[in-house]
Amino acid sequence: MTVDLIFQQLLIGITNGMVFALIALGYSMVYGVLELINFAHGDLFMLASFFALTLLGALGASNASPGLLAVELVAVVGACALFGAAVNVGLERVVYRPLRNAPKLAPLVSAIGLSFIFQNLGLFWGALPMDVFGGGTKAAAPKAFPDLLPNYNLFGESSSFRLTPKDLVVIVSSLAVMAALYALVKHTKLGKAMRAVAHDPRAARLMGIDVERVIAATFAIGGALAGFGAVIYGLYINTVSYQIGYQNGLYAFTAAVLGGIGNIAGAVVGGLVIGIVRAFSDQLIGAQWQQAVLFTILIVILVFRPSGLLGAHAPEKV
Amino acid sequence: MATEPATKGAAPAATPSATPAETPSATPAGTAPAPAGKKNLLGLIVLALAVIYPLAPFIDWGLAAIGAPAANLDRHLVSIFVFAMLALALNLQVGYAGLLQLGISAFFAIGVYTAAILTVAKYPFQLELWGALVAAPIAAAGAGLLLGAPTLRLRGDYLALVTLGFAEVMRVLLLNLESVTDGPRGLNPVPAPWLPSTVESLAGRAATTGHLHQLVIYYTALGCLVALVVVFRNIEKSRLGRAFVALREDELASACVGQNPSRIKLIAFAGGAAVAGLAGALYATNLTTTAEPNTYDFNYSVMVLCCVIIGGLGSVRGALLGAAVLVGFDNVASPMLTRWMQKSAGSDTGNVLLTFSNWRWIIFGTALVLMMRYRPRGLWPAERRREHDGDAQPARAQEGSA
Repeated sequence: MTVDLIFQQLLIGITNGMVFALIALGYSMVYGVLELINFAHGDLFMLASFFALTLLGALGASNASPGLLAVELVAVVGACALFGAAVNVGLERVVYRPLRNAPKLAPLVSAIGLSFIFQNLGLFWGALPMDVFGGGTKAAAPKAFPDLLPNYNLFGESSSFRLTPKDLVVIVSSLAVMAALYALVKHTKLGKAMRAVAHDPRAARLMGIDVERVIAATFAIGGALAGFGAVIYGLYINTVSYQIGYQNGLYAFTAAVLGGIGNIAGAVVGGLVIGIVRAFSDQLIGAQWQQAVLFTILIVILVFRPSGLLGAHAPEKV
Repeated sequence: MATEPATKGAAPAATPSATPAETPSATPAGTAPAPAGKKNLLGLIVLALAVIYPLAPFIDWGLAAIGAPAANLDRHLVSIFVFAMLALALNLQVGYAGLLQLGISAFFAIGVYTAAILTVAKYPFQLELWGALVAAPIAAAGAGLLLGAPTLRLRGDYLALVTLGFAEVMRVLLLNLESVTDGPRGLNPVPAPWLPSTVESLAGRAATTGHLHQLVIYYTALGCLVALVVVFRNIEKSRLGRAFVALREDELASACVGQNPSRIKLIAFAGGAAVAGLAGALYATNLTTTAEPNTYDFNYSVMVLCCVIIGGLGSVRGALLGAAVLVGFDNVASPMLTRWMQKSAGSDTGNVLLTFSNWRWIIFGTALVLMMRYRPRGLWPAERRREHDGDAQPARAQEGSA
């Protein structure tokens, strides 16, 4: 591999890793407060990407002038974050909260059920007779997501290393959101309450913290991150289908476990590692082995270091 | 001689005081055998129907009369048997021992491919179904031991992920190791089971060879299923069965009373894997191919899990009921409803909403969510759980005293 190629794969890995990290944060934070693997989280991400696609189509974003486009994109990001937060809080309220005292298997199985319901809804969503969906007209076919961000090489088209404004938008906006999340968890009263609940729900309740409200807030933040990630993913990959949730969700979960589940910084680091490993495995071993490589890593980590790379003995959970 | 009258005298004195205390608990114990007997009767009737079905064409006529798609029902029935075996396997792991396994399809696939490799013309083994029926469970159990030994100590949800990941790795391997597995085409044809030539010629007068082989597969699958049901019912009552339940309810407590949790977990895991492997061998022979590796994906594992949960975790008859409901839904109810929906909507085949099988995952997903919320023990729960469940006995005792 040439040096250029190595850097190129690193860049691809980092941009993809940002999306994994955004999804992984939702898994990790929910696991932190509830010890629940929210299987439906990846599929929430998928639904949010369809929501973004529908909004962009309705706004006619493909034909908008650059200034208007920027405003529209910000609005769509906001709407998708709200969508993700609302759906996630609704799920928590309707499905997970009644199972709070049930055996641990019950919420997990419910989450699997929700994941399948979402995938099916995504299939139906893709079948809607709307012009906004390019790509296949069949329900299950991947839909083209409009390529709205400038995609020229910042180093000039002759350079063999390719860095585009699109890559920069993905990386910078994701980092900004993660920084905001970190500030929220570290420096606000809500963040403090979240950390307390993650550490010990019963003690938190005794200290007068409204645990149910904190759990709802955690789901809201996780859902909003998934909604944001969905727009970023669509703008970067330019294809969405009803199956993107399952696979990206599993990769993101692997990332969360890799970084030490319940740990915010860990989820980001895990996402980046997964993204980079994926990029190099696609380059060196072949894309058809991608899943085998990543799941083998997952199994090996769980067997030898179940607390993750950054998970110390007392991990700082969300 | 003097002691005997004394004890005889004591006995009647003790009886009246014992009776009121015993009656409340004796009543449910006394009534229990009757429903159990009825259930056994129901089971025997179903079994008898399954045994005579292929020999009695009038059942097909009857089904045709009520409008069911009766043709080739025996092939569907074999898939119900195979699916029921998978459900029993998963029930051993999830229902008895409480190990959340999301990758049963991997062990099923190992069984399928072991059977295929041992029988297809591409390989030099040519062992026939009978050899495969022995080898497939062994291979699957071996894989179960290899995966289980290092991972079974993990927490429940982590174990779920490991098994899920293992199944995905297995699927990718089967898909990509084309020189061994023929990749997406699958290994085929898996030959029909070998029979002694006298049997072939004797039966050949009554039926075509193809039909004869189908009969052999049918009865082999049915026999395996019945044997497994008997084995599992006995395990439930055995020391091992109680050890499983103890482990599921409280691992620490079970270790404290002298059980070895990791050994019991491994037995459940490898045992379930072996049963799944056996089901795989029958599946491959019934289909005469391994089918493409993507058949054995996460959705397949969740289908089996659905059927165990819908039927009732830890309940043998629940697993059987679940398998019949799910396969029946896919093969009978779903096509019928699709036809009905498209007819009533003016036969718009282009609309995805009007193909009932497209609603499948919404229906199964909703079923899982609702079952967990309102009926976590399933449609037909295990007896032992019901005993623990009930405040029934204290309630009756209060009635008695009042």
